[in-house]
Amino acid sequence: MTPEAMTTAARPAAAHPRRRARSGPPGRRRHRLRHTLSALLLWATALLFLSPILYAAAVSLKPASDVFDIPPTLVGSEIRWENYVEALTYLPFLRFIANSLAVAGAGTVIVLTVSSLAAYAFARLRWPLRAAVFLLFLSTLMVPQEVLVIPLFIEMQLLGWVDSYQALVLPFAFTAFGTFLLRQFFLGIPAELEDAARIDGAGHARIFGSVMLPLARPTLAVLAVFTFITFWNSFLWPLVITHSIYEKGVVPVGLALFFSQQGSQWHLVMAAALVSMVPTVILVLLLRRHLVSGIATAGLGGR
Amino acid sequence: MLSPAPRRRPPGPGAGARPRRRTDSVAAAAFTSPAVLGLTAFTLFPLVMSVVVSLWHWPAFGEREFAGLANYTDLLTSRHFGRVLLNTIVYTVLYIPLNIGVSLGLALWISTMGRGKQTLRVLFFLPVVTPIVAQVLVWRLIYQPNGVIAGLLAPLGIDAPNFLGDSSWAMASMVVMSVWQGFGYNMLIFSAALDQIPSSVHDAASVDGVSPFQRLRAVTLPMISPMMFFATTMTLITSFQVFAQPYLLTGGGPGNATETLVLFLYREGFSAFSLGSAAAVGWFLFALILLVTIVQFLGQKRWVHYDS
Repeated sequence: MTPEAMTTAARPAAAHPRRRARSGPPGRRRHRLRHTLSALLLWATALLFLSPILYAAAVSLKPASDVFDIPPTLVGSEIRWENYVEALTYLPFLRFIANSLAVAGAGTVIVLTVSSLAAYAFARLRWPLRAAVFLLFLSTLMVPQEVLVIPLFIEMQLLGWVDSYQALVLPFAFTAFGTFLLRQFFLGIPAELEDAARIDGAGHARIFGSVMLPLARPTLAVLAVFTFITFWNSFLWPLVITHSIYEKGVVPVGLALFFSQQGSQWHLVMAAALVSMVPTVILVLLLRRHLVSGIATAGLGGR
Repeated sequence: MLSPAPRRRPPGPGAGARPRRRTDSVAAAAFTSPAVLGLTAFTLFPLVMSVVVSLWHWPAFGEREFAGLANYTDLLTSRHFGRVLLNTIVYTVLYIPLNIGVSLGLALWISTMGRGKQTLRVLFFLPVVTPIVAQVLVWRLIYQPNGVIAGLLAPLGIDAPNFLGDSSWAMASMVVMSVWQGFGYNMLIFSAALDQIPSSVHDAASVDGVSPFQRLRAVTLPMISPMMFFATTMTLITSFQVFAQPYLLTGGGPGNATETLVLFLYREGFSAFSLGSAAAVGWFLFALILLVTIVQFLGQKRWVHYDS
């Protein structure tokens, strides 16, 4: 994973001198000019692309009366950081953030534990029906979440779990995706490593814990980040299953409630929206060097 | 170590509890049981349950009554549901080419950059990983009748349309917002594929005096076509599942001009509380997804090139 990311960065640097050497001096200058222009244009495109978020940030710092200024302004008559305090205290927003952190954190831990255990059995153990069970696992990946929402809601009613934390975490913590991803990784680990551990008297638990898991750390990290992000952003299921939002609401549901109550207070809505983006932005920035290679191997729920 | 004798050699003839020495059935059962239990409880059981529920008039609270296929036939004969299906298909037809076009174009463009390549990719990816609810609210503000677009167009003498309130604009506005939010994912997929094309391939093509456009058509696109196939299929599936955009951006309106399948499912289930009918909607969604996936797989031979 890492080497791929590194070659990504290294390749263009290596490719350009060669191309330059082929064309003569005037061509070289023209080429370089074109390249610079293209780069400038691309960065301008990126800025335009991000302008909705920058605009939201600008609005979040304005007084309410300046939101719909004509012509539009970036900075209002004053910069109001208090908007953030107001937005975060009108509803128990910090509580929503804590709930989201807890739900996404617990979900991630369960996904990682359960799928790495199962992946080990599918990749490194011999047992009857292995192929059939694995196929069954894979086929569950085709079922869209939306098909499960109604029966899961009824199941939660039967269990008495409607409006509970476990209902927010458990139903989507057993996806076969992580199992599939880690199985592919475990399959690639040379058998010699396992044999060496076995000669030292290690059983399956030890081989799993002290040989396989440490090797899988990069894959686990990618899976963890994507799982956390999926939980953090998830909207439909929390909307369906949470009733006492003030107490158990996660961030997207709290944000939607905030909008339905304070829809005209755009400066506050934008402040809350921006706060909700912070954790996943930080995660992606931390992972940025592995992002391209990670997505090539891991994918993400789509969208 | 005082561990018991190696598992490959059972200690004695009496201990032949394990019939086949080469299988690790006990360990496998232990390792897979959490996943198997979880998938059974939260995927397989609900799946079966969904079939059952869809055959009943099943209110969220109160008496249920067997309905046979009535939920399905009621949907098929409802003009409202027909409109919802049509909306979903229109959304998909607009969304897919825009998403694939923008993401492929930008992936190709960024791949020509030297420094800053990764940063650019991360920037375009950000809306994908931040809560969609937050992004929808940002765009709802931008699309306001007296909002920033209207304000920027006013000095040019252009009257901005009512993006969300005008039924001929609402769907387009929703698609634009969704493409902005979602294309970064496919852009990364394409970037990964482009990074894996050996530079010798490009060099060979440019030595042969092939124009950049021909190179794109004859070399680059065929080489990343498996990824394009994957991306189109996944994006098709997810565009059938669009929910937060109609729910929060347009409320499915004006009228029901932007009401999509999953919004309809949600309302059937949790506004009308007809869980049976909502479950049937879910199966229509599943059928639609299966159908396009099959069509995609059948069609792929014509344009997807795998390494032999």
